[in-house]
Amino acid sequence: MRRGPWLWAAALAVYAFLYLPLAIVVVYSFNDSRLNAEWVGFTLHWYDVLIHDEEMLLAAGNSLFIAFVSAFVATLLGTMAGMAIHRYDLKLLNFMALTPVAMPEILLGVSLLLFFIQVLNLTLGMLSIVLAHITFSIGFVAVIVRARLAGMDDSLFEAARDLGASPWETFRYVTFPLILPAVIAGGLMAFTLSIDDFVITFFTAGVGVQTLPLRIYSMIKIAVTPEVNAVSTLLMLLTLSMIVLASRFAPDVLKGKT
Amino acid sequence: MARLELRNVTRRFGDFVAVDDVSLSIESGEFFTLLGPSGCGKTTILRMIAGFDLPDAGQILLDGQDLADTPAEKRPVHTVFQNYALFPHLTVAENIAFPLRMARRPESEQRSMLNEMLEQVHLVDKAAAYPHELSGGQKQRVALARGLVNRPRLLLLDEPLGALDAKLREEMQVDLINLQRDVGITFVFVTHAQVEALALSHRIAVMNAGRVEQLDEPSKLYSAPQNRFVADFIGQINQLEAQVVEAAHGHLRLAVAGLGEIVAPPLAEAKAGDKGVYAIRPEQVRIGIHDEVSELKNHFSGEVKSLLYQGDVTVYRVGLANGAMLEALLPNSASGRAQLFEAGDAVKLGWRHDAGMFLHD
Repeated sequence: MRRGPWLWAAALAVYAFLYLPLAIVVVYSFNDSRLNAEWVGFTLHWYDVLIHDEEMLLAAGNSLFIAFVSAFVATLLGTMAGMAIHRYDLKLLNFMALTPVAMPEILLGVSLLLFFIQVLNLTLGMLSIVLAHITFSIGFVAVIVRARLAGMDDSLFEAARDLGASPWETFRYVTFPLILPAVIAGGLMAFTLSIDDFVITFFTAGVGVQTLPLRIYSMIKIAVTPEVNAVSTLLMLLTLSMIVLASRFAPDVLKGKT
Repeated sequence: MARLELRNVTRRFGDFVAVDDVSLSIESGEFFTLLGPSGCGKTTILRMIAGFDLPDAGQILLDGQDLADTPAEKRPVHTVFQNYALFPHLTVAENIAFPLRMARRPESEQRSMLNEMLEQVHLVDKAAAYPHELSGGQKQRVALARGLVNRPRLLLLDEPLGALDAKLREEMQVDLINLQRDVGITFVFVTHAQVEALALSHRIAVMNAGRVEQLDEPSKLYSAPQNRFVADFIGQINQLEAQVVEAAHGHLRLAVAGLGEIVAPPLAEAKAGDKGVYAIRPEQVRIGIHDEVSELKNHFSGEVKSLLYQGDVTVYRVGLANGAMLEALLPNSASGRAQLFEAGDAVKLGWRHDAGMFLHD
């Protein structure tokens, strides 16, 4: 079947809409001017400024630390949740794991803030951010792991037991190796979500700790400097590579074949 | 070597009785088949023997020992699954060695048992391949090898030939018979394919609606079915409504719809007035135009209504003068015999009086 030129044009427009703003950020991060107004010439100056900005480096370090810890814990808990949802085939459980994924971030942010302060009596800081990030990541990991399990033949696990494997050995030698790609993909996803998160972090960070997105926000309150463009470009690169990596481990999940 | 016994085993799913008070015993070294349509309870029985499911009532005993408290992984019973259930992340060799590893056999023993098994199923050159690189027949052999390698006392096979094409299935049947004889392990085979069951089994339990309808050797099931279900399920059979007129010591006299009065072999439990069917296999019905048919005790004139050419045989549907419709089967063994009769031909049908039988409703 021949597709008309209109379909191509429409597709082009959609992708331009999606990627043009991102492209402009990237391009201006190499612009040899203080302003994002006109192209002057190519420079790596703003990246140089960036790596000497101590406050920025501290924020980046915080972000990476939070992302690693929250992704690790969320992967552990999310994998277990995904397995439980699959095993017991509970619609409600599945729905409840998915809800935080779809919940407006601001709602989650406010409720976590109230929960930490009023129920846990927690001082806001690194711990509260990590806990918040774990909370919203678990659902994503669970969904990816569950999708992987749903695509597999349950008789594999029965076969393992039938051939003499205890429940633990079945997990160790059959289930885990088979869901590992989904676990890794889920972990990468959780890492990406944590690194990029602004809204929930904003509510749960308190005053002491700054993350990269929070730092960027506080900078653009004054002006969008090319340094912001540079850090955004790097963040974009990191996110993109994570998504590419995740899609390699669990192609079925990210191609929407769940 | 194991003797398996089911005592009054019942399994219900809600209101549905999947297995209804089944008792049977399977002898050591036997190739035993549970045969029946889908939903008859055969797979449920298999799952209960394997330990994936538990009976609501009754006992399952292996060599006299009740299996109720033994979990699936501890039972000396292995299963060959319908879809093979090969571990996709393990090679052929790793798949087959899996039960040896789980049983914690010494390395050297594992290796020798694995190699012996690989040879037995002709997969030595595929040892390093992954399941997705194998053909259907090869997957089947890996599944069998994996089930047998750790010498279970019992091997359960859940429609293992269902996914193969017809030609391969026939080859695998021969392989299965040889393999079972060589290893001497008791096989319990589940299938809905009666041809497969007849070809493979020492004994067959024909199941329907959770009950065993008849348990017999294949030839007995075919030639002497005990009821209409078994007669219908195994092979083709002509059935005509009939009523017992006289039940004598040496014979039965029947009033058969469309045929009139017919003499059939005696049946212990039949008495005058019983209703049922008069049944006869198509290959027992002789078809011809000459007198050799008329010399048979039961013979009738009719007309060929239609025919079904099947290559090796042709099935003729013949309408008799008195209203009955019967199928007769002729082998196409002589050249030019593919279509001896055409639709519309006047023919004679006949059969020996002991070829037909009376079956209760």
